[in-house]
This record gives sequence, C-alpha cells and structure tokens, in this order.
Amino acid sequence: MSQTAAHEEPELIQLLTPEGELKEHPDYPLDISAEEIRALYRDLVLVRRVDSEAVSLQRQGELGLWASLLGQEAAQIGSARALRPDDMAFPSYREHGVAWCRGIEPKELLGMFRGVTNGGWDPHEYGFHLYTIVIGSQALHATGYAMGIQRDGAVGEDGSAVISYFGDGATSQGDTNESFNFAAVNNAPVVFFCQNNQWAISEPLERQARVPIYKRAAGFGFPGVRVDGNDVLACLAVTRAAMDNARTGQGPTLVEAFTYRMGAHTTNDDPSRYRDAAELDEWKAKDPILRVRNHLELYELADEAFFARIDEEADKVGEMVRTQCRSMADPEPLDIFHEVYAEPNVHIDHQRSEFADYLASFEGAGAEGGR
Amino acid sequence: MGTNLTIGKAINAGLRASMEHDPKVLVMGEDVGRLGGVFRVTDGLHKDFGADRVIDTPLAESGIVGTAIGMAMRGYRPVVEIQFDGFFFPAANQTFTQLAKMRRRSAGKLSMPVVMRIPYGGGIGAVEHHSESPEAYFQHTAGLRVVSVANPEDAYWMIQQAVRSDDPVIFLEPKRRYYEKAEVDTGVSIDAVTPMGAARIARPGTDCTLLAYGPMIKTALQAAEADVDHSIEVIDVRSLSPIDYATITESVKRTGRLVVAHEATLTGGPGAEIAARVTEECFYHLESPVIRVAAFDTPYPQSRLEEHYLPDLDRVLDGVDRAFAY
Repeated sequence: MSQTAAHEEPELIQLLTPEGELKEHPDYPLDISAEEIRALYRDLVLVRRVDSEAVSLQRQGELGLWASLLGQEAAQIGSARALRPDDMAFPSYREHGVAWCRGIEPKELLGMFRGVTNGGWDPHEYGFHLYTIVIGSQALHATGYAMGIQRDGAVGEDGSAVISYFGDGATSQGDTNESFNFAAVNNAPVVFFCQNNQWAISEPLERQARVPIYKRAAGFGFPGVRVDGNDVLACLAVTRAAMDNARTGQGPTLVEAFTYRMGAHTTNDDPSRYRDAAELDEWKAKDPILRVRNHLELYELADEAFFARIDEEADKVGEMVRTQCRSMADPEPLDIFHEVYAEPNVHIDHQRSEFADYLASFEGAGAEGGR
Repeated sequence: MGTNLTIGKAINAGLRASMEHDPKVLVMGEDVGRLGGVFRVTDGLHKDFGADRVIDTPLAESGIVGTAIGMAMRGYRPVVEIQFDGFFFPAANQTFTQLAKMRRRSAGKLSMPVVMRIPYGGGIGAVEHHSESPEAYFQHTAGLRVVSVANPEDAYWMIQQAVRSDDPVIFLEPKRRYYEKAEVDTGVSIDAVTPMGAARIARPGTDCTLLAYGPMIKTALQAAEADVDHSIEVIDVRSLSPIDYATITESVKRTGRLVVAHEATLTGGPGAEIAARVTEECFYHLESPVIRVAAFDTPYPQSRLEEHYLPDLDRVLDGVDRAFAY
C-alpha cells in the first residue's frame, strides 16, 4: 500500500504551544482571562482523574469496561466549554470530558460501564444525548435535531446549535457521511467535531482516510478546519466560532481535532499488539494538560498553592468516584421490563408477571437459583 | 489426529485450513489483520497470508458486506467478520437486499460464497450492542444459510464447510463459549464430516427432547444431567436455515415432548418456527405443547441484569418441568 496523505503536515490551528506560549491566529482571536484558563486547567485535571479512577475500578472488577479519554481531554473540554446551555451535544461513548462540562455526574457514566444502566440521564436536561456505541449513528441524530431547531425558528444570535462528536473511525461509516450531506443541503446548525485520535482500535488513520479528515467537508459544501486537539484554547476558540456560525444560520462546520488516544481503545484492548511505544512518547511531549500548566507557570498566572489545591480537589473527586461506583446497587430483576414501550403492552405485562411468579417460586428454597 | 482446541482457536484453525486449501479465500473486517480480531479469531492469518488476503477494512459494516459481494462476483470467497452482533445492523441493507437475493436476481448466474462470521449472544458482562442474538432476522431471510456452532469440533469443520458453500452463510459464534476446550479430530477428510445443515443428537434420551444451539448447548446438557427424574435427549440443531426437521421429528416422535431454548427473544424467535412445524408433523405423538425457553421480549438489558434475562439452567429446567406438567 502506498503512503497516504491523511497524515500530511497539518495546517493546524494552534493558540497554545506545547511549551505553554500563546500564539495568535488571525481567524480565531481569543479573549480569555487568567481565571478562565485556570478553570480550564481544573476541568482537564479533574476529568483525567475521573478517567484514571475508572480504569482502576475496571481493573478491580467494579466496572465491566471503560473507554479511556486519556490524551483527548483538551479536545473535549475546549469544545464543550464553547457550548451554551441551550446547545445540544451528541456524544459517542468516550466523551467523558464533554459530559463533565454538561453537568453529568461521573456516576452516571460509571453506571453504564458497570452495567447497572444503559444511560438513563435526561438528554434534554443536560443538553447532552446518551452515549452512542454503534459508530457514527449519532451524527445523523445531531443533524436531525439541528433541522428541528431550524423549523422552530431558533436560529440567530440567541439561538441554539448542535455539536456531534465522533472519531476518525466513524468517518468511514455511511451514517456519518450521510449526516454531512443532510447538514449541507439543509444548511443545518450543526458542528461535526471529529476527535482524530489516530487509531480506530488497531487500525491507524491510513486505513480510514486518504486525505486529512477536515478536507472531507469541502466535498459536501461546508468548511472544515483542523485544530490542535491537544490545545484547549484552540479547541475552545475554533468550536465557539463554528457554533456561532451554525447558530446564526451560516450552516455546518467540520472540526477535526488532531489528537492522540494515549491509552488503549478500551480496558479490553492491548495496543502493544499493533502500535509502537515510541509513538506514545512523541505524543506525551504534547500532553494537553502539561501545556496549560506550562502556560500558567510561564505567564505567572497561577502559583504553587493553586496547583496544590487542584491536586487536592482531584484526590477528592477520585475518592468520590470510587465511593459512588462501589455503592452502586444492581437493578432489580423486574427492571428488565421497564420502559420498553410508552403504552401498556400485553407481551411485556404477561412476561413480567410470569417472571415475577418464577422468581417468587425460589423464595424459601434457599439462595435464588439454587437448584 | 487429535488436537485440543478452544472454539475460538478451532475457528482460527479452520480458517487457516480454508485459506491453504483455496487461494480465493479472503478474510475481511475491522481489526482482523494485525490485531487478529478483538477475540483473536483471525490471529496470525495476516502475518502468514498477507494484507491482500487478510484485509483490515475501514470502520463501516455496510462497506464490508457490500465489497464482499463485489469480491464474490470477481471469484473470491470472502469471510467477513462483523465485530459484534449489534454492529451487524449497519450492514443489514447489503445483507438483506443484495447478498441474500443475488442468486435469484441473476437467475443463478451469480453465486455469493460469502461467510459472515458474527460473535453473538450474551453473558460476558458487556456494554450495549455487544450481547445480542439476531439469528431470527437471518432465519427469516430467504437466500441466507444460518448456522451456529457449540463446540470446537463443529467450529473447526463447519467454518470450512461454510467457506465451501456457494450460498451466503451467516456463521454465528457463541462468544461466551470461545474459550471452551475439547479434542478436535483434524485428520479426517472434510467429505466424511457431518454436513453443516444436519442437526446432531448431543445426548440421547427417551422422555423429552431439548433443542438448542450455540451458547445454549452447554446449558441444555447441564439441564439434562441435572434432571435425574427424566431421560432428556439434547439436540444441537446447528443449522437454523435450513432446519434439519427429519432429526428433530424423529426424536420428538420417540420422546413425545419438545422444549426449545435460545437466547434470542421469544416472539418471532427460532423457537416459534420450530414449535409450529413440530406441532404440524408430530401432533399425534405430542404429550405436551412445545415449550419455549427464551429471552424476554425486551431490549437486551444492562449487563448486571443479564443473568436474569438469559435463559439459564433453572429456566431451562423450569421449561422441562412445564413439559412434564401435562
């Protein structure tokens, strides 16, 4: 196979270098206070802690699985902090940082990976849809939601917009490409936020794309931009601009956040089978949290006490995550029959009643299922 | 020549034998190459047969099945892997409207020797879409053959038979049983092996026939052992399309009772079809109605509930008890 162009030197929008220096970009001026940057740093650190605790909890058998966001914190925090409360986000299944910004408690995410719930939060309450596992499906939902916003007349300065999250692998799916086209022909207020973390389980970007992902947008008739996905400020600025364009009736944008999956695909995966450890070292130098810390130190925007305070808060969050996870009770068996239909259903009613009788038949016979 | 193999390793060995036997056999799917598949069923094939024959595809199930159809038209025999049962659905259009109908549409001028391997079923504590039993959709679709394996011996031979079939074969692999081990006789000729479409009596008995397939065979055999009051005959149906009714009705006419157990949901499931047909053919031999033990008519629940949702030993025994209550 010939070398592809998908990795060609990216025209990367960057506002913060790995060393922590600010860079200006003519199209993305960012007026941000020191306090706001410190708040972003806090988000990044706390979300990474939630994530690492979850990996440990999976190792201890408390979770069935976990999909780590390690390395993608800036892409998620930067983009999600660009959203307004009335905006709607459609995540894939790794968007723990976006969930955090939308006010979803970590325990809601843990419950899903523990197997006590299939999601269950109210997407409308948080402006954050349920995690979607079948790759690319949610991009169409996001587009349809955005078409609804148009029909509600909710486009304008005070209007709403939608953001759809997915990964580099998802750009191969029909649903994703169809969503690009639906969004384009409808000029829908939606931003496609692709976290290109370079790997779809074991398959590198070359197996998904021959051109940089952001360039796909041009063929559908809307703008695409590539942003340094490890630069929280650039992700914030670029997403804010794209959301504002969508909101004010200027149509969709594809944002490719160029980042790296520093961990395994999920806790079931073993990346040592398919990728070089040197690649990880290269990306560690571009760590999304380190560069914000470098910036805060370099520009003297935070002192040692601040960093210590955040670390302390992270410890508390870690403790909370562990406690909440371990104390999560299993659902009742009859919960199987909940919320299958809006209206009463004879099949379900009959099977629920039969199963309740069946369960009751074990009572007094020792342990349940003790035949 | 006996080899001790797990079901997963037996499929791997069967794929290897198929690729050695016929250079037109290809393997395609997500992560099937360098990684060897998420369950390692294609482990080592990429290394030994190269990237032209073991293809890491883009992440697009419809694309995988659609291009396999084109490859088949060009004379290849693609074995595609759908990574998990719940990820089949994006490929439903290509499977149902194209793959299944191509032979009929071309008046027999085109064959579709495509095998679709799908790790299926629950019981592994997985997240959504990783535990489903979609066999009824396939069984309902004319033009597809549907098989499921329950032990390493069948895994080794049936994958090879599936590859040699000129019809599209949905090859359902019981993922929670991938690591079950047994002796496989790899030394015999494939022509001497039981045909893929034939059911197999997994355990002889005289009082009641218990029919299952795939992951439920182990449970059915345990139930037959556990029921010391009755002599239970266990049939591994192996092929869900077509179904070997000769073996089933011969058994039911002897035992007078039939219990069908599967992980697929009850309504419109394989058990419903088998019950209807057996009632027609064995009506005067039946001592009780055909009893179905199946998953409930709900979406597959969160994993902490799957032990209640999946028919287990107790539920199967309860079904057997119900058959004897008449």
